[in-house]
This record gives sequence, C-alpha cells and structure tokens, in this order.
Amino acid sequence: MNALQERYSQEIERVLAKYPAEQKRSAVMPLLYIAQRETGYVTREQLDQVGEIIGISSTDVASIVGFYTLYHDAPGGKYRLQVCNDLPCALRGADQFLDKLCERLDVEQGGTTADGLVTVEAVMCLAACHRAPMLQVQSRTEISYHEDQTVDKAMQLVDSWRKANGNGR
Amino acid sequence: MADNELILLRHRQIQNLDQLPIYRQNKGFESFKRAVTSMKPEEVTEVVKASGLRGRGGAGFPTGQKWSFIDPKNWPHYVVANADESEPGTFKDREIMESNPFQFLEGVMLCAYAIGANVAYIYLRGEFWQLAAELDKHIEYLEREGLLGDKLFGGKYGLRIYTHLGAGAYICGEETALLESLEGKLGQPRLRPPFPPSFGLYGKPTVVNNVETLASVPLIVERGAQWFRGFGTEKSSGTKVFSLCGNVEKPGNYELPLGTTFRELIFEHGGGIPGGRKVKAIMPAGASSSLIVADDKALDTPMDYENVPNVGAQLGSASIIVIDDSVSMDWLINKTVRFFKHESCGKCTPCREGTYWMHHLTDRIHQSQATWEDVILLQDVANGIKGRCLCALGDFATEAVTSGIQRFRSDFETKTQAAPIQVETRVSS
Repeated sequence: MNALQERYSQEIERVLAKYPAEQKRSAVMPLLYIAQRETGYVTREQLDQVGEIIGISSTDVASIVGFYTLYHDAPGGKYRLQVCNDLPCALRGADQFLDKLCERLDVEQGGTTADGLVTVEAVMCLAACHRAPMLQVQSRTEISYHEDQTVDKAMQLVDSWRKANGNGR
Repeated sequence: MADNELILLRHRQIQNLDQLPIYRQNKGFESFKRAVTSMKPEEVTEVVKASGLRGRGGAGFPTGQKWSFIDPKNWPHYVVANADESEPGTFKDREIMESNPFQFLEGVMLCAYAIGANVAYIYLRGEFWQLAAELDKHIEYLEREGLLGDKLFGGKYGLRIYTHLGAGAYICGEETALLESLEGKLGQPRLRPPFPPSFGLYGKPTVVNNVETLASVPLIVERGAQWFRGFGTEKSSGTKVFSLCGNVEKPGNYELPLGTTFRELIFEHGGGIPGGRKVKAIMPAGASSSLIVADDKALDTPMDYENVPNVGAQLGSASIIVIDDSVSMDWLINKTVRFFKHESCGKCTPCREGTYWMHHLTDRIHQSQATWEDVILLQDVANGIKGRCLCALGDFATEAVTSGIQRFRSDFETKTQAAPIQVETRVSS
C-alpha cells in the first residue's frame, strides 16, 4: 500500500467501486484530484502512486496530467483565480476586467502574487456566459464560481484570503 | 399548448423543485415507476421515437432512433449522460442540473431502462465540481428512497448511477472523446463507425445523450409523444433551452418552442441590444457557429433544425451569441480561433497544426500587421482543416473564420489596408 492509499484508503475504495473491477484505469482522473489536494499540484511521487493503484505506468498518468487543464504539474498560488475571457465573456468586458485585476494584484497573466497566495490565469469558457465577467477559484480542495464580477468584488475575495491566511495588509 | 409552459426549466414555475418530495408531488418518478413495473423497455424507446425528440447537445440526432440502435447481442449496456457543457455561449445544462436535477436524473433512469443498462455514468466537466457533489447527494437520496439500486419496485431491474468529473477539456463533449476520457485515457475522439450504440464505453453498447435531451424524457413518457409534438415544428418538436449571451440586455436561458424566431428571442425576451447599438451578427451555435449577418431575413428565421441552415449556419446547441456593430470580425475570429487552438486534442494533424497557424494569422490581422495575402492564406488554412479530421472540432474552428471573411469582408479590408509594409529581417543567433 503506498502513501496515497494509506492516507485516503476509504475514499479511494469508493472511487474504485464506481467502475468495473477490470477497468480500474477509469479511476485515474478522480485519483488525480485526490492527489492534487496535498500540494495543489501532482508530484512525481504521486504519478507513481496513482499509476500503482490502477496498474498503469507513471508516464501514462503524466500524460493525463498534461492533457487536462485542471491538473497541474508545478506549484502555483494557493488559490488559482481563473478568469474566462472567451468570446461571450469578452463581449461583456472580460478582457478589461482581467487586465485591471492583474494590475491591482501586480502580476502578469499566469503569474503568482509576491505572497504566493494567488495565481491569475486566463481560461477557456466556463459555462457562465450570461454572468460575465466571471471567474472560478481552484484551490487544493475545491472549485467555486464567482459570477457578475467587478474588479472590486474580486479584490474583496482576495483580501478575504489574505486575512484568512494571516496576512491582513 | 398553454402559453409559456415550461418543460425543462419547470423549476422557474414550481418552487423548490430541486427537492425530492416536491419533485415527487409533481408526479416525479411516476414515469420511471410505470416504465419499470408495466412497460417493456422497447415501449419506452417507441414513445421517445414518436415524440420526435432530437439530441439537444448539438447534432440534433433523433433520440429514440439512437436508443433503438443499441446492439442487443452484446452486453452489458451503458448510459452516459454528457454533462461536459463547454461550448462558448452554452450554459443551459448547468441550470437544468442545478435547479431541476431530479427530472434530469429520471431521464437518465428512463433511458437506462429502455436500453437495458444497469449502470449509468454522468460525465461532468471538472469545473462543475460543486454540481457533481450535489448530484451525488441526490443519487444517494434516490437509493435510500428505493428509486435506485437493485430489484427496483420488487422486480428484477436494478440501476446504479455514478458521477465522473472531467478536468477541463472541451473535446470531451464529443461523445467518443468523452468515452475515452471516462475510460481513463486522453480525451481524443475515436474513428467512427463503429458508433457508441454498438461500440461505446469499454467497447460495450452505449447511449451517450446530452443533459437537456435526457431531461426532456420524463414528461414525454408521462404525457405522451403527441403532447410533446404540440410544441415546436414538424421536424423540430418540443421546446428548447436557448442560452442567450453577448451584446444583449438580458442574457440568460430562455425555454421556448423550437421554431421561435431570432427576433423574438433577442428583442422580446432578451430586451434588445444595449447602448442603442444595432445587432451586426449572430452565432446560433456558440463559438462553433458560422457568423450570420443579422439582417431582417435572419432575424425572422425560426430557430429550428431545418430553418437555420437557410441563413448559413446550424442550430447546434442553440447558444445564441449576439454581436453588436461595435465589434470587428477580425477580433472575433481571433478569439474563437484561440479557443479551438487551445482545445484541439492534437490527434489529427490538420486541426492541431491548422488551428495553430490560424491563430498566428488572426493575431497578425487583428494587430493590423497583415496584408490581404494573409487573409487569403488564412482562408487556405481553414480550407485545409475542414473535412479532414476525425471529429467536428477542426470544422468548428473554421466556421467563424470562413463565414467572417466571406460575410464581413470589409472588416478585414479595413484591417489589412492599415498594414504597414513589413520588412522581414532575420538575425542569425
């Protein structure tokens, strides 16, 4: 039993039970979400651990991490603030929203704030086109939607994280 | 039909429909119980066939017919609900699953019974993380209530439903890519045929249906095929949820009979165009759509499967993006091409490389650094993609480009006239 299994044994059993016994590979995506909870990205060791549980190579697991955008292979901010600036959102000002937000946070798109708390990313359509500008927050444990945003509203969100993380500047 | 009777967005007319007791008070799960206890599976398929229901995910394939294609000699069978909703401009399935979840689940259950499946998966895009957690709770509740599980209603039939989260890949909305992803592989489309009803999940016969399609089924079984045909047109029966967005006063989901005109949706329901602007173009099928010139003929076109092609587009998933006259199409196609470049799965060369080159060219054109030759080259690249890929993503990437250049030529002329003469210098390193 590897470290991931030991730590999340019950949850992993529940995930595996969803799929036919001979189709364990189907569990790779849910297992990667579990792995990513630890540090916010999938480590080399975890590639091995996930592969071991479902009987595929680490390389195969890595290809899944690389293919899907919600898995990360490198550390980022504790909160990934992901703004949609696809066509429908852009028609409602998402590009300007994203630019101003980056300015206020003093980061480039894709960059992380100096305190390591927030990574700002432009992402593809999130199925919330009628409530643009909008953003999604991916933390280690969950994903949440924040719609009908203004830069001030988004900054309040960031401030609440800063306070919660003991940095109330 | 009663005016503004809602089928899919009934939660707007019935409070707390997302709670099981309320859903059951409104005849919820009676169709499923009746099917399992007193109907043969093929009778359910026949009702759906007779209703004329067509797939709401985009392709518009007749639903009952799809179910009847399931291979009876190869077992087990699976149902997979496509809840990967990722087309820019589409946000209807999300509302159905959030606010009318039991009707959707009952649709999954009726489909499963009709094709003899004992397991169904709901494949949700990874961003619908919270929604999947809610659905898991609803599914557990249904198990406790004896509506899901083994030996339902004292008979032989049993059914389990599981959710499965994707992780951010538009291509997984394509049904064979979705199945690959559900099998734990890269979300890349398969060569078809064989189609999923003969070779689907784990190589077994599988029906893959969109959320909205499945959510239409319970009331069809409850009230009959003829009742459903009372909405919409001869070839496009029923109501449809139109996701309206872009440059419009009141963006949102509007459930209307198929065959409603663009004008009624945009101006009566959507409140028209903000800031005294005029509507310049419409994309009726999200970012995958051709650009329709929004003249009177287009605005008076009924939104159904048979009429939208007359103005040079497809109804698709009916995600109506409204574009006002402040928008230049060189900017617009730069946006759509960027999307498809990002979302190309990389399997087919024309799509993988073509979207990359189209993005380069649209960047240059948009930044006024291109000549008319570049516009011609862009069209060439688009022609080189179209019809040369395993799935429709490549084709989709070219729709706005080709129709944009053809139908809004002056936008591109303006951009390229302003182009400075570029002297290319190459510095060897």
